[in-house]
Amino acid sequence: MSLTVTDKALVKDFFAKAASKAEDIGNEALSRTLVVYPQTKIYFSHWKDLSPGSEPVRKHGKVVMGGLLSAVGMIDDLTTGLLSLSELHAYMLRVDPGNFKILSHNILVVLAMLFPVDFNPETHVAVDKFLQLVSLALAEKYR
Amino acid sequence: MVEWTDAERTAINFVFTKLDYDSVGPESLSRCLIVYPWTQRYFGGFGNLYNAEAILSNPMIAAHGITVLHGLDRALNNMDDIKNTYTQLSELHSEKLHVDPDNFRLLADCLVVVIAGRLGTDFTPEMQAAFAKFLSVVVSALGRQYH
Repeated sequence: MSLTVTDKALVKDFFAKAASKAEDIGNEALSRTLVVYPQTKIYFSHWKDLSPGSEPVRKHGKVVMGGLLSAVGMIDDLTTGLLSLSELHAYMLRVDPGNFKILSHNILVVLAMLFPVDFNPETHVAVDKFLQLVSLALAEKYR
Repeated sequence: MVEWTDAERTAINFVFTKLDYDSVGPESLSRCLIVYPWTQRYFGGFGNLYNAEAILSNPMIAAHGITVLHGLDRALNNMDDIKNTYTQLSELHSEKLHVDPDNFRLLADCLVVVIAGRLGTDFTPEMQAAFAKFLSVVVSALGRQYH
């Protein structure tokens, strides 16, 4: 499964529009991940507050979205572009890659919430594919 | 038996009262067929599914989306025994329709995305958690009679 020319155009266009709300998207998506899939909280046991919209959650949501937006810029070669982030996740953070799916799902939910018109079915499939390929690139150095 | 808190029951009921079946049903099924195109394998007799536009304007898909969504009513009205509520539907999907049960989860995910689009920020994380739990119980019940 790879991104077609149309997919890439849809992803770039959509995230150009969504970029201004990056912090909100990141916050909402991470908040929902922690609430709806509580097993994900184990990765953040060092935070003092794991509640939705809390300071550490909002801050980290911004970091994650920043990573995602830069991945849009590397859409033609995600594996190479995300190599150092992959090393981080593989060797240091050791996040079980199953959780990439969970966060991706919540990103889609939040995009639908915040952009009900722009996040149409064609955009939905292109973004879903993109997130899956980002997840794959992030898992590159795992084993 | 699945335990539901009062807050969960309230949240789930709230989502259903806000649900426009005639619109959410068709859109959820259409998105499923568009976003996960391999699910189209079960709809060979449904006419033109050639592209997103065709799927979204297909009246047979729309009608079926409404049917499927109403299928959730059974669980809503039997929240303390969802498992047994879907015995016959599970057999139908396994023995007659031969649907890969992983696809139930895909449709459920699309339903959550569509509802999020309709409710916007009213769809709080807690509401999403309760509704996702509800759907995962339904999905599990639908997979029970497979062997």
